[in-house]
Amino acid sequence: MTSGEAAVVGAGSTVPGPTEQAAGSGGEAIAVEHLTKRFGERLAVEDVSFGVAAGEVFGFLGPNGAGKTTLVRVLATLISPSAGSARVAGIELSAANGLAIRQQIAVMPENPGLYLRLTVSENLEFFAGLYGLGQPRVRIGSALEAVGLAGRVNDLCGSLSKGLRQRVGLARALLSDPAIVFLDEPTSGLDPVASREVHGVIDGLRSRGVTVFLTTHRLEEAERVCDRVAILNTSLLTIGRPDELRDRLFTKTLLVRTAAPLAQPERVFAVPGVERWHIDGDGAYVLSVSDARLVAPAVTRALVAAGADVLSLAEGRHSLEDVYVELVDDVEARS
Amino acid sequence: MSVHRVGTVVRKEVREFRRNRFVIGTMALLPLVFLTTPMITLFRIPASASGTKARAAVGVISLLMLIVPVVIPPVIAAYSVVGERDQGTLEPVLTAPIRPSELLLGKAIAVFVPSVAIAYAMLFVVAVGIRFGAAPIVRSVFWHPPQLLAQLLFTPLLALWTIWLGIAISTRARDARVAQQLATVAGLPLLGFTSLVSFQIVRPSVPLALGLAFALLTIDLAAWRFVSRLFDCERLITGRNPSRDTPPRGWR
Repeated sequence: MTSGEAAVVGAGSTVPGPTEQAAGSGGEAIAVEHLTKRFGERLAVEDVSFGVAAGEVFGFLGPNGAGKTTLVRVLATLISPSAGSARVAGIELSAANGLAIRQQIAVMPENPGLYLRLTVSENLEFFAGLYGLGQPRVRIGSALEAVGLAGRVNDLCGSLSKGLRQRVGLARALLSDPAIVFLDEPTSGLDPVASREVHGVIDGLRSRGVTVFLTTHRLEEAERVCDRVAILNTSLLTIGRPDELRDRLFTKTLLVRTAAPLAQPERVFAVPGVERWHIDGDGAYVLSVSDARLVAPAVTRALVAAGADVLSLAEGRHSLEDVYVELVDDVEARS
Repeated sequence: MSVHRVGTVVRKEVREFRRNRFVIGTMALLPLVFLTTPMITLFRIPASASGTKARAAVGVISLLMLIVPVVIPPVIAAYSVVGERDQGTLEPVLTAPIRPSELLLGKAIAVFVPSVAIAYAMLFVVAVGIRFGAAPIVRSVFWHPPQLLAQLLFTPLLALWTIWLGIAISTRARDARVAQQLATVAGLPLLGFTSLVSFQIVRPSVPLALGLAFALLTIDLAAWRFVSRLFDCERLITGRNPSRDTPPRGWR
């Protein structure tokens, strides 16, 4: 792809991805090893190690002050680590490589940081110039189209709402056709429709092989758009696919509701695969099982055989929020 | 050093200045305020006036013309870094592929060009006014070639020096207004130096003017390097002094 081609696309785009060359060795776009960042006595990030594959949408979750933004700033070469090492877009993280790394990445901070006296187009022209992009007007047009702002080119940024400014910030991040996009709370302050559009843009980036590093407080957003998530609270608490994390933290359950309490539940639930059970209300039972799909038919048969009027039988689902709360609460309780 | 990136910063800065009433007001009004009264005084000096009186009046107006590059640029330059930090635009810029030295040079040029253009425009107006409207004694004192050469050379070099001073303060200040106040005060000692030449206490000659100009140019270039080193990205972004921490090898 030439620098002049408009490569910025939104959801559903079929424009081929440009970024394979920027992925690190072994297909890793980001590789972090034992990274620590200290501000004086305060430890912001402690001994964090993880890898992000090229083309992956990677979510970074954590409470306020957990070190998410600090880690993004370190990886974007804005601040130096106190210890450890990292590779970003296949380039060793160091002060000397700052320019080369920043050429490959784009960062959208939580505050989009627009020049309010300049128009949308002038803001993007400035950044197109910094990246040395060819045909800036074409690229600006494509970037704005991707975030649904094609009609606001000549609006002063100072006259835009917070949500629209956020979208201009997102367009700016897409402008340079980066290999890795860091999005720090990209849907903060956006209404549900606008948030969904941002998710569409992220999906579009994924389909083009762009690596997305997303920090967010919105757990449903992480669950919706991320291939994998990491939960950070100064140190890394866990990392994996959302469903993996659920399985790792919570046992699988079946939720049974009957019209009336069972006369002999201990006999009904004496089914292979049911590890334990407890009553969760009037006619409600929670069964811990080895594999819900295998055990559910047997439990159904046992309930019918016992003459129970079954209202519902469903697999218990834990959300990413449950995982998050479990981990963060656990750390806070220990500290 | 990328000329393209420096040019991009200059264009953006100039666009912002054009829409900033404070900058436009400062650049347009101060020269008028500085020039009006001394010009009236100069035109009132009769042909029979003594050389001392003419030198004093010309000294005042020469000094005021040098005040413009000493006072206006640092006030605007002082906003350049801390102002960007305050409005949240610094972090996105620093995540783009631009070196601090390029960013600062672009900002300095964007202040330098209009400031010097205004100062030269003032000099032109005063010189033409004196040539055609003032008494011969005033004309002969003002149209002294070494004095004019010093004025022409010192105007851009003093402007550049005070711009670096303003930007240096801006990289360290916590607040844009404080930075602007400090920059105004920091530029004042230069007035002592300009007074010596303006009032012809130090009689300007061509070699002296060229020598001082060369010295100022050297200081300006050194200031650019020095200010670029002062630009501490981490301190500006986080508000903390990273020198207390020890980054791993390769970061210093």
